[in-house]
Amino acid sequence: MTEEIIIAGFGGQGVLSMGKIIAYSGIMENKEVTWFPSYGPEMRGGTANVTVVVSDDRISSPVIQEFDTAIILNQQSMDKFEKAVKPGGTLIYDPNGILRPPARTDINIYKVEGTRTAIEMGNPKVFNMIVVGSYLKVKPILSLANVEKGLEKSLPPRYHKLIPLNLKAIEKGQEIVEKVGEV
Amino acid sequence: MGELRLMKGNEVLAEAAIRCGCDGYFGYPITPQSEVMETLMARQPWEETGMVVLQAESEVAAINMIYGAAATGKKVMTSSSSPGISLMSEGISYIAGSELPCLIINVQRGGPGLGTIQPSQADYFQAVKGGGHGDYKLIVLAPSSVQEMNDFVDLAFELAFKYRNPAMILTDGAIGQMMEKVELADFKPRWTNDELIEKCGSWATTGKPAGRKPNIITSLEMDSAKMEANNKRFQEKYRKMEEEEPRYEALMCDDAEYVIVAFGTSSRVCQKAIELARAKGVKVGLLRPITLYPFPKKAIAELSCRIKGFLSVEMSAGQMIEDIKLSVFEGGCIVPVKFFGRLGGIIPSPGEVVKALEENFLKG
Amino acid sequence: MDIKDIIKPENLVYKKSELLIDTIMHYCPGCSHGVVHKILSEVIDEMGIQEKTIGIAPVGCAVFAYNYIDIDWQEAAHGRAPAVATGVVRLNPDNIVFAYQGDGDLASIGTAEIIHACNRGENIVVIFINNGIYGMTGGQMAPTTLVGQVTSTTPAGRNVDLNGYPMKITELIAQLPGTSYVTRQSVQTAAAVRKCKRSIKKAFQNVIDKKGTSFVEVVSTCNAGWKMTPVGANKWMEENMFPFYPLGDMKDSDKKEVSNN
Repeated sequence: MTEEIIIAGFGGQGVLSMGKIIAYSGIMENKEVTWFPSYGPEMRGGTANVTVVVSDDRISSPVIQEFDTAIILNQQSMDKFEKAVKPGGTLIYDPNGILRPPARTDINIYKVEGTRTAIEMGNPKVFNMIVVGSYLKVKPILSLANVEKGLEKSLPPRYHKLIPLNLKAIEKGQEIVEKVGEV
Repeated sequence: MGELRLMKGNEVLAEAAIRCGCDGYFGYPITPQSEVMETLMARQPWEETGMVVLQAESEVAAINMIYGAAATGKKVMTSSSSPGISLMSEGISYIAGSELPCLIINVQRGGPGLGTIQPSQADYFQAVKGGGHGDYKLIVLAPSSVQEMNDFVDLAFELAFKYRNPAMILTDGAIGQMMEKVELADFKPRWTNDELIEKCGSWATTGKPAGRKPNIITSLEMDSAKMEANNKRFQEKYRKMEEEEPRYEALMCDDAEYVIVAFGTSSRVCQKAIELARAKGVKVGLLRPITLYPFPKKAIAELSCRIKGFLSVEMSAGQMIEDIKLSVFEGGCIVPVKFFGRLGGIIPSPGEVVKALEENFLKG
Repeated sequence: MDIKDIIKPENLVYKKSELLIDTIMHYCPGCSHGVVHKILSEVIDEMGIQEKTIGIAPVGCAVFAYNYIDIDWQEAAHGRAPAVATGVVRLNPDNIVFAYQGDGDLASIGTAEIIHACNRGENIVVIFINNGIYGMTGGQMAPTTLVGQVTSTTPAGRNVDLNGYPMKITELIAQLPGTSYVTRQSVQTAAAVRKCKRSIKKAFQNVIDKKGTSFVEVVSTCNAGWKMTPVGANKWMEENMFPFYPLGDMKDSDKKEVSNN
């Protein structure tokens, strides 16, 4: 199994930490992982994206042109990465702020109302965990038990009290994800 | 099995230094490697192992602090990125000329000048051919994963002390900023004073006890006959390194008709490229030099007698390709050596590499 | 009376320090370096710190200082002695480390390193030989060259419009909180030598007591570079250098406790 993922959105949406949680959970599941960020001045404010590869085997390139899954959280990223999904691959997006929804017919497309649900849950910060939940529902490559372990490892102990809230957000994400297009 | 963590390459360099018994770090902030010193300062190893960490006023000062600290026989290191390494080059020449062991890490960014903060491999010449003045060589290790960032810190110190010569880890912003699973080494204690005297007492500035000659660390010798003798001694040491230390990894080279040569980040890209090319039926392998100096000349020469051509893939305008050509020439089986590279901070994509392979070798 | 009857231990009035290596110095006759080397040897010897002392030699006339005093030494790149000394003392805080520098080394190319080492309060001694000229390279202008002073790169005399002003770096150093003792001395007379030796001894004692940086400037002659006789150079120094670089302690704070470790 090798899963090549791009997560792209605005800086501040928790793009990099979503990738980190998926990668840490992969380690808990005894997989090889690579987390490769776009870095530079655009880390503050502009668009941010991270490539995550989870695999049973040694990982080759951290730089990838075509992805198994794209998780897209703003319009600029949609313009850039919709076309980078492999035929037959998966695109997950939050419709908040998306003016031109994905139009491809050769990939599976899922919508997650992450922004709205996070506000409804009373905590906009859990947005990225809702999206992680939706991703794991669509691509169950990692067990929830290992995601919990991954959270424990990646969060400093002073934030461990927030783990139950994050797990709740993951569950919520699994519930609300809806398929809007199929190959 | 050691502790498993998800860490950035830069963070791992710091952690590996603490764990391998490093005595001191001196550095100056520069993107994309500032996490090395930041991690050390957060870890406060002076509380744990006694390792000294100091932020210097400049790269020039940092490398001269390393020069002073290395003279005491202790394990010391610095890290910087391309423009900073240029500033350090004078000091590196002094360290090589005084035959002191130490570790210098270059997390490369695109140049020339202030360039960019994105990853590059354009400091290959500077690292393997000299950079500073005079006939000297660094032992240059090129990690291609976060795990190797961990493993090569200890290896670099081992080689540096074996040859009393500065060693360099030549990496780039991609591996520095990327996170991967890493198995951390177990803690090794720092050398005790007795161990240090046993290993380095014959030359280090430990303070002169009655009855021994003063230990003098210098690269200066006004008598050019003596200076020539010093240089010959250095050259003998470099020949021994060339004989004993070349390291490389060969992937799918056994049946290969073509071989891509790439190191560090570009070798990761090429690993994917050879998978893609093989899926198209092209018999291509990857030779990844792990030591850039000493360069794995023999491995290239041997391959050249049973393949149809090499493609050097670099994040530069073509620097390592000169060493590949020399290796092919010295091996005697002349085959074409072609080049593909991206410049200024751009990482080539696997697809581009496959295309370059096809254009150079498979068309017509 | 035969000469052999005179050379007896009981008749000994002066004996060279054991630490001063018995060799021919490369310094010009009349140069101040040799006297300061002698003082350093005596101080290290008398304080019994030979086994702990590491000297850092500069680039300049004192580049070969390591050939003359019987301790462990390191030869630094031009201007970098304070950074090298920092590396040594940070790794081995119980060593007694001194940097020995000239005016070009310390006040020109190495300005950043000396300012920052002193500002961090590195626990080292700095000996600063100020003769207002580049001796080794053949008498060019130094940052400390006086206004109007003729050198090989100021043949018509130092002109402030072109060359700027002579730098009182020691006054600058004294402003830095990392320094505990900052003084300016000279070695042109027996009395001055005795006074300078007391200063250097105090500087070493401060380092033993971990008080931070101690800085001793020695206003010196370069009769070869100044193109004068040794006696004439001493007179010129007293008449021209001392008014601009007045002798004496600029700072002596025994109160300050500094720890780098």
